[in-house]
Amino acid sequence: MAGTEMSSREREAALAAAPWQDAGATGSLFRGTATSISDIWRRRELLSMLTRRELKSRYKDSALGFLWSLARPLTQLLIYYVVVGQFLHAARGIDNFAVYIFSGLTIYTLFSEIIQTGTGSIIANSGLVKKVYLPREIFPLATIGSALFNFFIQFLILVVAALVIGTLSFGTHLLFAVGALGIVLIYGAALALILSAVNVFLRDVQYIVEVVLLLLMWGSPIVYSLKAVSGFFPNWLLQIYIDNPVTLAVLGFQDAFWSPTGEGGSPSDLPLRMLLIGLLGLVLLFGAQRLFTRLSGNFAQEL
Amino acid sequence: MNSPVNVVQVNDVSKRFIVRKDNSIKERIVNFGRGARYREDFWALRNVDIEIAAGSTVGLIGPNGSGKSTLLKAIGGIIQPTTGSVQRRGRMAALLELGAGFHQDLTGRENVYLNASILGLSRKQTDMHFDDIVEFSGIEAFIDTQVKFYSSGMYVRLAFAVAVHVDPDLLLVDEVLAVGDEAFQRKCLDKIRSFQDEGRTIVLVTHSLNQVTDFCNRAIVLARGSVVFDGEPIDAVSVLRSGFEATYEADATGHGTFKQPAGERGKIARVRVLDGQGHEQRNFSTGDDLLVEVDVESATPLNKWAVGLHIDNPLGQLVTGATSKSLDAKFPTLDGAARVRFALPRANFGGGEYGVTVAMFGSDDQEIARATDAASFSIGQHARSWGPLFTDVSVGMTPID
Repeated sequence: MAGTEMSSREREAALAAAPWQDAGATGSLFRGTATSISDIWRRRELLSMLTRRELKSRYKDSALGFLWSLARPLTQLLIYYVVVGQFLHAARGIDNFAVYIFSGLTIYTLFSEIIQTGTGSIIANSGLVKKVYLPREIFPLATIGSALFNFFIQFLILVVAALVIGTLSFGTHLLFAVGALGIVLIYGAALALILSAVNVFLRDVQYIVEVVLLLLMWGSPIVYSLKAVSGFFPNWLLQIYIDNPVTLAVLGFQDAFWSPTGEGGSPSDLPLRMLLIGLLGLVLLFGAQRLFTRLSGNFAQEL
Repeated sequence: MNSPVNVVQVNDVSKRFIVRKDNSIKERIVNFGRGARYREDFWALRNVDIEIAAGSTVGLIGPNGSGKSTLLKAIGGIIQPTTGSVQRRGRMAALLELGAGFHQDLTGRENVYLNASILGLSRKQTDMHFDDIVEFSGIEAFIDTQVKFYSSGMYVRLAFAVAVHVDPDLLLVDEVLAVGDEAFQRKCLDKIRSFQDEGRTIVLVTHSLNQVTDFCNRAIVLARGSVVFDGEPIDAVSVLRSGFEATYEADATGHGTFKQPAGERGKIARVRVLDGQGHEQRNFSTGDDLLVEVDVESATPLNKWAVGLHIDNPLGQLVTGATSKSLDAKFPTLDGAARVRFALPRANFGGGEYGVTVAMFGSDDQEIARATDAASFSIGQHARSWGPLFTDVSVGMTPID
């Protein structure tokens, strides 16, 4: 061990100078969050390795490898385009329906993948949680990493498609995509933290999550237009519908890659709404992290 | 010498486990309000106070379910104590299960990096140690194979190799030293000895009491979540041995009250092998008279006591054994020291090495002291036959029509 060799007396002296640390995570409000964040930052290399492990192991022995991660969203695109768009005539009144669906689907898939794999992440890594001390936030966060990888592949396809079909133009409206991504990451992280922790104690959560994700998918204007909803809902319900973070993210992506003019009927104050919901999400994320720390003390014995 | 530097402080730690028998929403709703019946709690640790000094090797021993692994996990920060606190300093590595971070679908090489990272090494440091790790594990040829194709021995070798290259100040080890073949085990134990020389602190949970007396300079005996003994490993082992009997009794009678160790403490001071004239000797021939002399001591008067003798061959197989009870010998009350002699006249041992193990029993036949391989002797080889039993074997032949 070059560079680390030291005599027992040197080691003793170094230890005498070292500060005492509490074993495990601390519970105090703000200091606790700060130490958690610095802990995670110190283990960022591990975070990237866990992310890569997840990706590598998922398609390890398949011939086509990560190309399979595209199979599902492209099939969904095909189904929605043909069945919902053409057979059920949802495409009427929406130009470039394929780009419309795919922009909503891309950002929604990111959210759904973060939540779904994040919820099971602590249980999936129970071997590690029980045997080694790590900042446990790493496991849900690593699933965000692998979900982001899949997202970027879809995202590239979306950009190419938008470019070919001609709906992509350069301008400040592209910032909507950044805002949408931000909202999805904040809410995804917060919910993944909460749900992964609660799932340890109550395994029903992972099944509830599947159902709720299905609801959210149809509760956002991904395969139909917002106009169809606005004629149907009273105004107050419409506002709630729009302020759903998933809806906001979907609208943001559609404005960025499908139609910068808000042709789909997205509200003109979309930037303000995204900002406020984003800030609210940060508060939620903070609370989620505290709750996670609280519950994480009992993970090892519950698994 | 100045006062010792502590690396771990366990302050009045208690840990309560709640075992719920209903884990789904449906069951919880159905059972709501009658919660108490569907949960059971027990204290895995109760008011444990321990300080561990830098450079010491501490063995945690106790019967199953005594809380030793829980204590180790509390020190490692893997579980949070219900009350009390644990503080530590310096870099820690926990070897609670070898290869906990291994992923079946990744190759050995990828797993080395992943596991090292889990134990706190950066990529650069792992690069630096990588060759050492692979060499230590001795599985160079398979390093780029997925670990799911490894044999369990290879798996454990690689995991241990990673763990010992992490450079911890404090190493927590749970029952993982009994791994691999003999050569590799020796390598592991050598590594642990060099860790001790480098002033690293080791906390070890084990059921192998030999490991405790061989390695540790301090042993802590736990029973039902409390510390019942803390001190010299040899004393701890004898406390534990007498405690085992008490545990069996408690289990057998079915009520949960744990009987404290009876307090009988014996000591085997010396074991010698003598020839028929009473002179200490090591090399004998088949058919010589042998005497095994055992000096025993007791701090408190022992009314009923006995001494047992085992002679084993180098493979650990019993060649012959007896106790003073099986020989119908009754000894008077032991108060202080006494000398016991087993006589083996014209002993028919075959050529080879033999080890002598002696145990001491208190009232109720509890074992209160044991000296494993306390003495040894050697019998000269014969050209004509071999094996632990000597007979004057001969051979002849007659044709069969």
